[in-house]
Amino acid sequence: MERTTVDLWVGIFVVAGIAALVMLAMKVGNLGTYNVSEAYQVHAYFSNIGGLKPKASIKSAGVLVGRVTDITLDTERYEAKVVMSLDKRYRFPKDTFANILTSGLLGEQYIGLMPGGDEEMLKDGEQLKKTQSAMVLEDLIGKFLYSKAEEPAK
Amino acid sequence: MPAVKAIKGIGHRTVNAVWRIGVATRFFMLTLTHSGSGFRRFHLIIKELFSTGVMSLIIIIVAGLFVGMVLGLQGYETLKRYGSESALGSMVALSLVRELGPVVAALLFASRAGSAMTAEIGLMKATEQISAMEMMAVNPIARIVAPRFWAGVISMPLLAALFSAVGVFGGYLVGVVQIGVDEGSFWSQMQSAVDFREDILNGVIKSFVFGIVVTVIALFEGYDAPPTAEGVSGATTRTVVTSSLAILMLDFILTAIMFRGN
Repeated sequence: MERTTVDLWVGIFVVAGIAALVMLAMKVGNLGTYNVSEAYQVHAYFSNIGGLKPKASIKSAGVLVGRVTDITLDTERYEAKVVMSLDKRYRFPKDTFANILTSGLLGEQYIGLMPGGDEEMLKDGEQLKKTQSAMVLEDLIGKFLYSKAEEPAK
Repeated sequence: MPAVKAIKGIGHRTVNAVWRIGVATRFFMLTLTHSGSGFRRFHLIIKELFSTGVMSLIIIIVAGLFVGMVLGLQGYETLKRYGSESALGSMVALSLVRELGPVVAALLFASRAGSAMTAEIGLMKATEQISAMEMMAVNPIARIVAPRFWAGVISMPLLAALFSAVGVFGGYLVGVVQIGVDEGSFWSQMQSAVDFREDILNGVIKSFVFGIVVTVIALFEGYDAPPTAEGVSGATTRTVVTSSLAILMLDFILTAIMFRGN
């Protein structure tokens, strides 16, 4: 075959392969949706995080505003320290309430932010003071059984 | 004494296998050290890219489309039971990008391009073209083996990426266009589940490793084949069998390293 034809086909092949990679990164992966560079970090303590994992989403009013970056156990308080990076475009008041919620009945867990009424806004590196832990199904069942046992027999 | 004879047989085979692995490793190292002149004559690599990469395009694209469509159908049937059809996108994309893309593309590549490489080099050896080159002081490793090796290593990740991308499109065709899963949740769940570094980049690394392994096996079998018609046909068969097994075993090891824990 003519050399220029070979060159043309190889060029098409390489371009198609790279285009497929870019398409995978942008359309299938999360590279096009979330930019970490313009973010600020806040942290919060939870007494139980349930099944929360790093990279879990942080939502406010259902809108994705950030991601969980790190989860560690603070051995001074024996509570889970959750570091979150939030999008710079979204500012929250200082008394914002952080909840660990579940999407759907068996879905993955995420953090929901409920803005408070404070005039001051959260800055980089600050702490969210008001938190509510994850609902753990076993605890709920345990409580239910306990209250059932306490009821006088009919 | 049949027992001693059997043990002797096992020993002989083990020594033989280890010896072959050693020779193949030396062959691989020789290929790497002789690659420099291959890159100086880049048109040789381009010619091989055409016969390994471009000629594999059709089989990769058609196979990717159908694998994606089957994943869409089967995934929908299973996910429907749990009422989570909207997770179809993430299921199709994750299984393609992490596993099926690199593995199936490498298996197809081994049987489409690897066997052709083995047969070509084996026949060159049988017709004494390689000896003729040596007579002319042309290093056959630099002239024949190295360009094919690099062509295989370059084209494998590209083919795997194409396979995954076409497969996702096939899943979209069946899931969204035909069955009617919500298009928005199909793409958004996919994007929230697939991580660029964790999933896509690891898939590319996998296919890169498979590319090295498949081409080295194919080239070595060809170069090592007995210079007879029977020898070449046996070498071609061994290429497909050995590289398929190597791909599947390596895939398990790579997956265990890459996706352990989370």
